[in-house]
Amino acid sequence: MSVILTEAEAKALLQKVLAFSKADECEANILGEQRGNIRYARNEVSTSGGLINQNLEVQSSFGKKVGTATVDEFDDASLEKCVRRSEELAQLAPENPEYVGVLEPQTYMKSKGFFESTASVDPDKRAEAVAMSLQQTRDKKLVGAGFLDDVKGYSAMMNSKGLFAYYPSTNVNFSLTVRTEDGQGSGYVIRGFSDFDKLDTKSATQIAVQKCLGSVDARALEPGKYTVILEPTAASVLLENIFFNLDARSTDEGRSFLSKPGGKSKLGDKIVDERVTIYSDPANAELPASPWSGDGRAQEKINWIEKGVMKNLAYSRFWAKEKGVKATPFPNNLIMEGGSSSLEDMIKSTKRGILVTKLWYIRTVDPQTLLLTGLTRDGTFFIEDGKIKYPVKNFRFNESPIIMLNNLEALGKPERTVSTESNRNYLIPPMKIREFTFTSLSDAV
Amino acid sequence: MNRRDFMQLTGMSAGALMLPTIPVLGRAVTPEALLENALDVALKKRLADAALNAATAKGATYADIRIGRYLNQFVVTREDKVQNLVNTESYGVGVRVIADGCWGFAAVVDAKSESQTAKAAEEAVAIAKANAKLMKEPVQLAPQKGFGEVSWKAPIKKNAFEVPIKEKVDLLLTVNDAAMKNGANYVNSVLFQVNEQKYFASTDGSYIDQDIHRMWPIFNVTAIDPKSGKFETRQSLSAPMGMGYDYLQANPTDSIKGITTRYNKGYDMLEDVVSAAKQAKEKLTAKSVEAGKYDLVLDPSHLWLTIHESVGHPLELDRVLGYEANYAGTSFATLDKWKAGDFKYGSPEVTLFADKTQVGSLGAVGWDDEGVDTQKWDLVKDGVLVNYQAIRDQAHIIGEERSQGCCYADSWSSVQFQRMANVSLAPGKTPLSVEDMIKDVEKGIYIIGDGSFSIDQQRYNFQFGGQLFYEIKDGKIAGMLKDVSYQSNTQEFWNSCTKICDERDYRLGGSFFDGKGQPSQSSAVSHGSSTTRFNGVNVINTARKI
Repeated sequence: MSVILTEAEAKALLQKVLAFSKADECEANILGEQRGNIRYARNEVSTSGGLINQNLEVQSSFGKKVGTATVDEFDDASLEKCVRRSEELAQLAPENPEYVGVLEPQTYMKSKGFFESTASVDPDKRAEAVAMSLQQTRDKKLVGAGFLDDVKGYSAMMNSKGLFAYYPSTNVNFSLTVRTEDGQGSGYVIRGFSDFDKLDTKSATQIAVQKCLGSVDARALEPGKYTVILEPTAASVLLENIFFNLDARSTDEGRSFLSKPGGKSKLGDKIVDERVTIYSDPANAELPASPWSGDGRAQEKINWIEKGVMKNLAYSRFWAKEKGVKATPFPNNLIMEGGSSSLEDMIKSTKRGILVTKLWYIRTVDPQTLLLTGLTRDGTFFIEDGKIKYPVKNFRFNESPIIMLNNLEALGKPERTVSTESNRNYLIPPMKIREFTFTSLSDAV
Repeated sequence: MNRRDFMQLTGMSAGALMLPTIPVLGRAVTPEALLENALDVALKKRLADAALNAATAKGATYADIRIGRYLNQFVVTREDKVQNLVNTESYGVGVRVIADGCWGFAAVVDAKSESQTAKAAEEAVAIAKANAKLMKEPVQLAPQKGFGEVSWKAPIKKNAFEVPIKEKVDLLLTVNDAAMKNGANYVNSVLFQVNEQKYFASTDGSYIDQDIHRMWPIFNVTAIDPKSGKFETRQSLSAPMGMGYDYLQANPTDSIKGITTRYNKGYDMLEDVVSAAKQAKEKLTAKSVEAGKYDLVLDPSHLWLTIHESVGHPLELDRVLGYEANYAGTSFATLDKWKAGDFKYGSPEVTLFADKTQVGSLGAVGWDDEGVDTQKWDLVKDGVLVNYQAIRDQAHIIGEERSQGCCYADSWSSVQFQRMANVSLAPGKTPLSVEDMIKDVEKGIYIIGDGSFSIDQQRYNFQFGGQLFYEIKDGKIAGMLKDVSYQSNTQEFWNSCTKICDERDYRLGGSFFDGKGQPSQSSAVSHGSSTTRFNGVNVINTARKI
């Protein structure tokens, strides 16, 4: 049997698992994936590898005593052993007062995240995609270092109340850094798709080459507050910190940027510019995602920030029960609405500013204000009178995505991009921000 | 597991969601299974020989095999609740070969038969031969003598896996209770224990059996001011260590008293949490720092991270050469600077050394993951750049006849590659206590504990926060500060080093989650130092309003 089970195969296997259960409640999650990658540096392939992974996790409970066991072999004896082990662990565990029991069956949205084009990628196709990139950097006497990583897989779950969920998906991420031989120029590109046919490593490489050549002889500008245009890759690593901090419990406990004095929250408050709407939608065709969360809850299209107003928070089922609210799960994707202008339009309308194509080493400085620090990298350019004038040296910034989205000037058309920090894919527009705070210069190229 | 997953799993990052499930570290097992004996050495030798012979028969000119059993245990609590008890085990075999001048690697889970390891070896040879077609220059492997059948065991006093879970849960709940009684609004605490049982064999004639232990007790205390809605946190001043449960059985000699107690080879979690709860509250009303130039007095619990980022990483030879250009980055410390022989990395006070032998450190092993006996060597000597960290296929590039023994893989399923050794700052040679160091400082800040950290991809520009900040005025501590971060440039910073306390103050800090490579691998590494003074460093104020 293939490591990627069909819906019928997954259902049959999970039914078999649950039939072994003697616990009060039982829940089983299963996944299978096949990954392949090529890594290259100094214009040569450095490593290539593959990974086949399958895993079954069984959670059994007796009252509020919960135990979890996992196994990666799926013969009957292994399945039964895994169920028994989870039951033994549950008996040993202290009571978990936050255990709320398994969920009733749910209805899920349809989402197409599995593409045959990606599922059928073999070592030859992978090598071909990388060869198109390597050819260009070698021909131009530049130095390429990149990584192509594709995955096909599925996940499924079933519980003793009859809930069943299944979702197959594919993804490919491609990233490339192109440097001049003397190390004075560096450009970057990253692409992520569910459908391998959308990946054009040749045109992506051209972008990195162009940024690399354009970044040579960077001039130093004084640090300070600048109007910036953030390409989607740069914006994603800042905005995802809002996404990571949507937790209702931390907010209610007073330890989130969304907390207010006296145990209150900013839910319902306008926190950013009214042109900002951020939502999740498992059925989005450009960024499909699983229509269910790991504990079986249905994912819906949901606005987190709507016209600048904080609309929703993510709840664990325990915390939602405590608060008597709907248990909205943490979302599986994130999409920010944009405008109609292109990146070129945004540059044209800028009197004086900086084009930021990538940000690096993002860390939270203050969780209270979501103040982040990090640096520009691999292509930073000065804009004057609507034109890119020259490359500039990299800056360190200290800025909060909340302050930044209050200083919004313009939004472009959303694009699918990949966070260089978390590897997550997002749909995010390029954006123009005024008074973005650069605090020091870096000599790094 | 990476840093982000750990922070989310354990609730250590403020505002972070707890992960719904545990990231895959291996199969979940009972606590008792963690005490089961490692595979018999004689069986491991047979599995190894089968692989090495199969590789050679297929045309490999070199082969090595790692048979690894990796055990992890987490105990995760908050306030009066146990949130998670996780025990995992991962066992498998990785075979690496050189054939037609090129590397090849293959791994297999649960391999306990000679036919399985032989098959993995054959697969690795096939991959090497396929990749050889794309190769320009064949691998040059520095010679390494075989050691025969040898073993190494971390010198721990008490295996953490032998301590009943109940005792650990009781400790953490007592710690949490003490935090709440001393003014904390919330507290999260975790015990994270690791045992790597690794067997390495190679065609050089080595059969090396090693038993490595690591331990990390950690907590995070939150205090909230109900009126303003402001919150502050204070994390534990513990270090992850290459020790067993003995790290938690502290003696009075293991701690250093002062404005707050700091810890060396033993950690008193209960004592530290009481201070932490009080200090988190004190932070709420502490003075917000005035931005400007300050002399910094940096405690080892803070300085380890600055050493890690600004010395450990830029002196990794694979980064210098460009192998990490697409992810972790390259390095400002280029080969020409090293060849010149006079590149002033720091002031003459500064000697930084790599050391894979230091007892109790995270990186200590007898042999690295390619069978090289571990060593200690200088990277920066009296302020001058003198060396890098290199492994067998890089040694020739820096004119070394042998590897420095810092090759590591985070799992049997990952390919071993160059990883950071423990990189440490040598203590000052003249007797100097922290108190005496502070006496000379007119306008300064004393920083204890690590906080926010960020550095550019060539390791020039960095910014660091901390846990505790104390203003120094005219040689005296004037009170607590908050909203402090310092920004500097690596060379400028290390050249501003004027004084280092002596060896009595030398302590280790470290990380379980040094990330590198694509796909990313985690490595655990320690960094030692004594309290050190840096003059005229740029400090910024990080307070904002949203």
